[in-house]
Amino acid sequence: MGVRLKEREILLIESLSVYFYTYSGIVKAVEDLDLSIYEGECFGLVGETGCGKSTLMKAVLRLIPPPGKIVKGKVLFKGIDLTKLSEQQLQKIRGYKISMVFQEPSSALDPLFNNGYQIVETILSHEKIAQKNAWKKALSLLRTVKIPEAERRLYQYPHELSGGMKQRIVISIALAGKPDIIIADEPTTALDVTVQAQILDLLKELQKKYKTTLVIITHNLGIVAEYCDRIGVMYAGKLIELGSTLQIFENPLHPYTKGLLAAVPKISSKREKLASIPGTVPNLINPPSGCRFHPRCRYATDRCKKEVPKLLEVEPGHKVACHLYNGENNG
Amino acid sequence: MVKELVEVKSLVKFFPLRRFLFHIGDVIAVDNISFSIIKGETFGLVGESGCGKTTVGRLLLRLIEPTEGKVFFNGKNIFELRGLELKEFRRKAQIVFQDPYSSLNPRMTVYDIISEPVKFHKVKDEDVRDYIIEVLEKVGLSKDQLYRYPHEFSGGQRQRIAIARALSLQPEFIVLDEPTSSLDVSVQAQILNMLIDFQRELGLTYLFISHDLSVIYYISQKVAVMYLGKIVELASTDEIFEKPLHPYTQMLLSSIPIADIDYIKKRKRIIPKGEPPSPVNPPSGCRFHPRCPYAKDVCKKVNPPLIRVDKNHLVMCHLYSS
Amino acid sequence: MPRLTDILQSWKDRNRSKIEEWMLTLKLIKRMPLMIVGIILILSFIFIAIFGSYIAPYDPYKISFSEILEPPSLKHPFGTDEYGRDIFSRVLVGAWVSFEVSIITLVIAISIGTLIGMMAGYFGGIIDEFLMRITDIFLAFPGLVLAIAFSAALGSGIHSVMIALSLVWWPSYARVIRGQVLSVKENLYVEAAKAVGLGNLTIMIKHVLPNSISPIIVLATLDMGGVILTAAALSFIGLGAQPPVPEWGRLIADGQPYFPEYWWYVVFPGIAIFLTVLGFNLLGDGITEILDPRLRRRVEFGG
Repeated sequence: MGVRLKEREILLIESLSVYFYTYSGIVKAVEDLDLSIYEGECFGLVGETGCGKSTLMKAVLRLIPPPGKIVKGKVLFKGIDLTKLSEQQLQKIRGYKISMVFQEPSSALDPLFNNGYQIVETILSHEKIAQKNAWKKALSLLRTVKIPEAERRLYQYPHELSGGMKQRIVISIALAGKPDIIIADEPTTALDVTVQAQILDLLKELQKKYKTTLVIITHNLGIVAEYCDRIGVMYAGKLIELGSTLQIFENPLHPYTKGLLAAVPKISSKREKLASIPGTVPNLINPPSGCRFHPRCRYATDRCKKEVPKLLEVEPGHKVACHLYNGENNG
Repeated sequence: MVKELVEVKSLVKFFPLRRFLFHIGDVIAVDNISFSIIKGETFGLVGESGCGKTTVGRLLLRLIEPTEGKVFFNGKNIFELRGLELKEFRRKAQIVFQDPYSSLNPRMTVYDIISEPVKFHKVKDEDVRDYIIEVLEKVGLSKDQLYRYPHEFSGGQRQRIAIARALSLQPEFIVLDEPTSSLDVSVQAQILNMLIDFQRELGLTYLFISHDLSVIYYISQKVAVMYLGKIVELASTDEIFEKPLHPYTQMLLSSIPIADIDYIKKRKRIIPKGEPPSPVNPPSGCRFHPRCPYAKDVCKKVNPPLIRVDKNHLVMCHLYSS
Repeated sequence: MPRLTDILQSWKDRNRSKIEEWMLTLKLIKRMPLMIVGIILILSFIFIAIFGSYIAPYDPYKISFSEILEPPSLKHPFGTDEYGRDIFSRVLVGAWVSFEVSIITLVIAISIGTLIGMMAGYFGGIIDEFLMRITDIFLAFPGLVLAIAFSAALGSGIHSVMIALSLVWWPSYARVIRGQVLSVKENLYVEAAKAVGLGNLTIMIKHVLPNSISPIIVLATLDMGGVILTAAALSFIGLGAQPPVPEWGRLIADGQPYFPEYWWYVVFPGIAIFLTVLGFNLLGDGITEILDPRLRRRVEFGG
C-alpha cells in the first residue's frame, strides 16, 4: 500500500470518484476529488444541495448504498486505504475510529431500546469489557455530553428526550470508541437555533478535549465561519476551493464561493441587495464539460468550457480550481 | 396618516389536550398578543419551535379560529366575516408555506394549481391561460413548464410556483411562513430578492415568519420576537439588532450562525442555557426565567408587562419595569 | 382546422410527464416475468369473459343426450357434462359471470368504502368514531360467513351474491381510505386550498381523493381474485348462480357427484378459477413492487 503521509495528515482522499448507476443514467456525484484533512483540526465541508458533500464523507466509510459505487480513487486513513478493506475490517473502524453524527437524531436512535443500551451496544461491539463496566462508561459519556440528570436519562427512551438531547446521545455514541475522526453531517439543521449553538459548542469543546479531528458537513456558511479552522467548498461533485476560514471569507477566489458569500444576508448597517447566482445547479448525469460551474459564471472563457481546472495553490494553504488563477502557471 | 392593514388585538389560541376523550388541559399556543402591520411593510415574526409564530400566521388568515381576540383587516374583524365578504378576504390575504414539497398537490399540473384559485375567485374570466403564463413568467418560470407536475421541479422552483399561486389572486397581504428555510443559500437569495421586488411593485404587505434572524434582518422593517406564545420584544429591525433589550433576544442574536467574520468577532457571546420548553407546561411567572441569566425573584412569580422603552420599542421584561 | 399531427403533438406536450412515467413503468414490467404472466392470464380472462359466447364452439345450454359425460376429446376439449353440454363452452361463457360479479361487487364496495372512509378521515371526531364503529362491526365477522348470511337472506341468484359480497368487502376499503385521508389532509396543499377559500366538498374531491386512492388499486386487483373465489364458493354451496348458468363454482358443484370417474367435469372449471385468481394475485404483487420506491431502486442496473 503506497503510503504518503504529510505532517499530521490523518485522512487523505485521492482522485476519488463516486458514481450512481441509475435508471436515467450515471450520476457522477463526486468527481476526481483530492482532499487532505489534518489531525486535530475542525474542517468544514460546505456546498449546496446535491454538491456531493454527504456522498463524499459517506464514501470515506464506504456507506454508499447501491446503485452507488466508488469508481476510482483512494481514501487513506492513517496510511490504510479504506477502499481496499473488507467489510469486516471496515466495521472495526466505523463507529469506533471514525464515527458519524447525522442530521436527524430521531432516526439515528432505535426507539425500542433505552439510551444507555444504545451506547453500550456500540462500546461492546468494539471492546471486550464486562457489561457493568460498559454501562459505567455509558454513564460517564452522558455526563461528558452534558446531559442533565444523566443517571435518569440512561434508562429513558429516545422519545422521552427533546431533539437537542437526542443529538447529545448520538454524539455520546459517536464518542464511545474515542474516535480519531468525527464526521458530523448537518448535525444541527433539524434543531432550534439556541440548541444548535449549544450542540456546536459541545462538539468544539469535545474536539479540544479529546484532540479529535472534526469534520462538519453543512450548507450553512455561518456555522463554518464560527466553528471551523479550514473550509472546503464543493460544487457539483467537485472541490472548487480550499483554505483557512479567514482566507475563504476574507479573500474568496472562486466565482462560486464569491457568489455564495454574497448571497448570504449579513447583519451590518448597510443592507446590500443579496447577489444571487444566475442559473441552477447542473444535472450530474450530464454535467457541463470542462469546469462544471462555467454555465453560471460571468468570467467563463472558452478554456473553461473545455478544460477541467485543477485544484492549485494560490497562496499558502489556499487552493482553488479555477482558470482565472491558472493562466500563467504551467499547471 | 399611516394606514394599518392588519391590526391584531389580544389574540389568544388554546389547543385542548385530550387523553381518551378527557380534557386534561390546554396548550397555550398564542397568549394574548397584539400588534399591527402597516400597509406596504414587511413585519417579521421570529422565534424557535413552540413559540406560536406559525399559529399566529394561520390565525391572521383565519385558517384556524381563535379562542379569543380580534384581527382587523382593512378595519373589519376577519372572524366576523361571512359569505362574500369572507371570500373576498380570502382572495386578498394569501399564504406561502415553508415546505415546497407538500404545499403543491402532486397530482395537479402547474396550470391546474394556479388556475384553480384564479377561476374560483373569477380574477380573470377569459384568457385565463395567458394570465397564468404572465404570472409564471413574473416569478421566473417559463410557459413550457405549464403542464408539468410538481415533482419535476426543484425546491426553489416549487416555491416560485407557490408564490405565483398567491400572486395570481392579486392579494394585498401575504403571510410567508418560513418560505426559504428549506432552500439553498443561492436559491434563497433569488426568492428573497423576488419577494422584495414584488412588494415594491405591487404594494404588498408581508408577515414574514422565520427562525433565521439574518433573513429577517434583510427583509423586515419591524420585528416581533416570540417566546412560548408571547411577544417578548417588538421594535424596528435596526433597533432590535443594535439594541436588543430582552435577554431572550440577546441570546438568539448571539446564537445564530452568521457568515460574517467581523460580526462574529464583535458580538457578545452568550451561551444559551437550557432548551425551549414545551408549551404544554410553561414555567411560572416570566416564561423565560429558567434560562435567563438575569432572573430575579419577581421573574419567577409574576409575568412582566409589556413595557414601552422607546417610541416604538416594546419589551416584556422586569429589567425595564422601573 | 388543426392537423392530426399537431393535435397529437400538443397532447404529447401536455402529458409529457405522464408519458415518461408510463415508459419507466413499462421498462420495470419487462423485468418482472411473473407479473407478465399475471398480465397475460388476466387479459386472457377478460377477453374470454367478453367474447366467450362468440368463440364458444357450442351453445353452452344445448342439451345432447347422446353425448353425456364424454371424456375430453378433440371434439369436446373439456369433455361433456351429464346433459351432454360441452364443458369447454360452458367454462368460456362462465367467465363472464365471474367477471361481472367481481367488477360490480368491487365497484359498489369501493364506492361505499370510499365515501365512508373519506367522511370519517376528513371530518374526524364523532363522525369518525361513529362510522368506524360501524365498519368494525362488519369487520368482526369472517368474510365468508357474512357472505353466506347475506346471500341466504337475500335469496339465491347472482344479483344477491353481488350485493352480499359488496357488503362484505366495503369495510376494508373504508379503513384504507380513511388512513390515507388522515395523512393526505395534513399536507400543506390542503391548507393552501382552504386559504384560497375552497369549500370542504371541493377540497375532498379535487385534492384529497385523488391522492388517497393509490393503495386502492393494489387492493382492488388482489381482491378481484378473492371476490371471484368467494363467488365461486357461494355458487358451490348453492347460494349463488343457479343452473343452468355456467358459473365456475356452480360447475364444480354440479360435477362433484361425478368425481373422480368423470374427473374433467370438476377439474377444468377448477383450473379456470385457479388460473384467474393466480393472474390477479401476480398482477397485484407486481403492482405492489412497482409502486414501492425501494424495490424500484433495486431494479436499477448495476455498474
